[in-house]
Amino acid sequence: MVRLRDASRWGMSVDIATVKKIASLARIAISEEDAARLAPELDNIMGWIEQLGEVDTADVAPMTAVIPNNLRLRDDVITDGNVRDLVLANAPQAEHGFFTVPKVIE
Amino acid sequence: MTELTDLGVAAIRDGVRAGDFSARDVAQAFIARVSAAKPLNAFLVETPDHALAAADAADAAKAAGEDLKPLAGVPIGMKDLFCTKGVPATAASLILEGFTPTYESTVSGKLFAAGAGMLGKLNMDQFAMGSSNETSAFGNVISPWRRSDGGNAALAPGGSSGGSSSAIAARLCPAATGTDTGGSIRQPAAFTGIAGIKPTYGRCSRWGVVAFASSLDQAGPMARDVRDCAIMLEAMTGFDAKDATSLDLPVPKWEAGLSPDLKGKTIGIPKEYRVDNMPAEIDALWQQGIQWMRDAGAEIVEVSLPHTKYALPAYYIIAPAEASSNLARYDGVRFGLRDLPEGANLQDMYAATRAAGFGDEVKRRIMIGTYVLSAGFYDAYFTQASKVRTLIARDFEHAFEKCDYLLTPTAPSAAFALGEKQADPIAMYLNDVFTVPASLAGLPAMSVPGGLDAQGLPLGLQIIGRPLDEQGVLNAGLAIEQRAGFVARPEAWW
Repeated sequence: MVRLRDASRWGMSVDIATVKKIASLARIAISEEDAARLAPELDNIMGWIEQLGEVDTADVAPMTAVIPNNLRLRDDVITDGNVRDLVLANAPQAEHGFFTVPKVIE
Repeated sequence: MTELTDLGVAAIRDGVRAGDFSARDVAQAFIARVSAAKPLNAFLVETPDHALAAADAADAAKAAGEDLKPLAGVPIGMKDLFCTKGVPATAASLILEGFTPTYESTVSGKLFAAGAGMLGKLNMDQFAMGSSNETSAFGNVISPWRRSDGGNAALAPGGSSGGSSSAIAARLCPAATGTDTGGSIRQPAAFTGIAGIKPTYGRCSRWGVVAFASSLDQAGPMARDVRDCAIMLEAMTGFDAKDATSLDLPVPKWEAGLSPDLKGKTIGIPKEYRVDNMPAEIDALWQQGIQWMRDAGAEIVEVSLPHTKYALPAYYIIAPAEASSNLARYDGVRFGLRDLPEGANLQDMYAATRAAGFGDEVKRRIMIGTYVLSAGFYDAYFTQASKVRTLIARDFEHAFEKCDYLLTPTAPSAAFALGEKQADPIAMYLNDVFTVPASLAGLPAMSVPGGLDAQGLPLGLQIIGRPLDEQGVLNAGLAIEQRAGFVARPEAWW
């Protein structure tokens, strides 16, 4: 049996510090209260998922396509474009034909 | 005379062709019914002008003696996961508020090209993540059904295509689009006493459909009966170069091929689907379904799908992993919501926007997905789940060596009350125990109404078929439909 989470390496549970780290990786701002609420919740879900470790998959290839389907190559021609204003139409903020964001270079 | 809103897709199509009524009369009848059904909260946006324009085009074609299109005169509902040009689309999330697609999804475009009009965009679980339609940012959808105990508890219409199921059951539209990632067409169909089919993965283009889990997401129709599903599915299906996983195959004539005769067919009953604590009524309906299949000429065999119990945990790694990647696009830059706190930098803006825009269940799944894909965990979780997925698909392959279709209940219970399962995510996830395995294997599967439970609520039976055998699934569904004689409908209390 493969253990999904090795307690000696990662600790037994999804704790508050882990939740904060995941939230940061996922780019979701999270309050202390939310982290405290989510930790047991996610730990419970991950604990339930652990049972997958029981399955012997030693000689099994991971699934990559549910229905066998050859990936196609299309002709190397331009089929789309010249729609700048449509692309920008839903931007929260767009100026001079560009998406705009807060300054990233000081 | 029957009310026009009691008619299904085939009856409307045929009636408009025969000149029994005008398409405009049909559209107006449904538009009035939609606008009078606000308490159900099934529609996020109403588009009466779209429905009327399509109806007028059908009437004009009829007057000019032209051949009518396959769905001429039929007004439908559109799940809000489908982008339709010029109509706001939110996927029931605040993060897409204000987004108006400048393009048409392939599936909606095909339906409109077939002559269908759109009554509006249907409410749903946020980003299609949910089984009760309680995760919508724009309020719960209420099922038109009520328990016969007189308690009037508001019931879940199922999810994630809960607006679609509620609207069809309430006769607000004769048919609607749905999408199914782990059961989101079949479970709501079962909860509301209607039919719905998820075709083989790759049949319907995903282009222009807001992505949840790309290796699982598949569009399909929901309607009141099997024939109407077949008609809708024909219009929705077909190769699309814009979707890399679209199957380049001709579209079968599913409606013309309908036959309830199952002579020479073998139906497999998967023994692992007899789960603990299954309500006696669900089991009784399943046994009844087996009898109906025998009556239709089929042979019954028991089959084994040994990895069934691992389908849900595998799904809750794969789907959130894909979702965490797909939903990375909502960053407050290109579309939808932007939350820019005073003095915030770009990273702060991303985090604030996503915190404000995503609902709790969406955040939960993004976080699970981020966790299982993170460094050091990827192989233990994602790779292991993908291997288990291979085993689940292999189970089905082995079963289909012994039988043509599988018959199972669609859901482990009838519709539950809103709020009843919200506190426990895993209890909610378990609702999809019978639908998720076929999704993981990409198989065509359909739910048809089988009967009512003791409280007067609909229960559904599921048929799962071999890849690309939608015809067989529809035919088995038709055999059940003809024997179940399901005519119950919710009383209009709203």
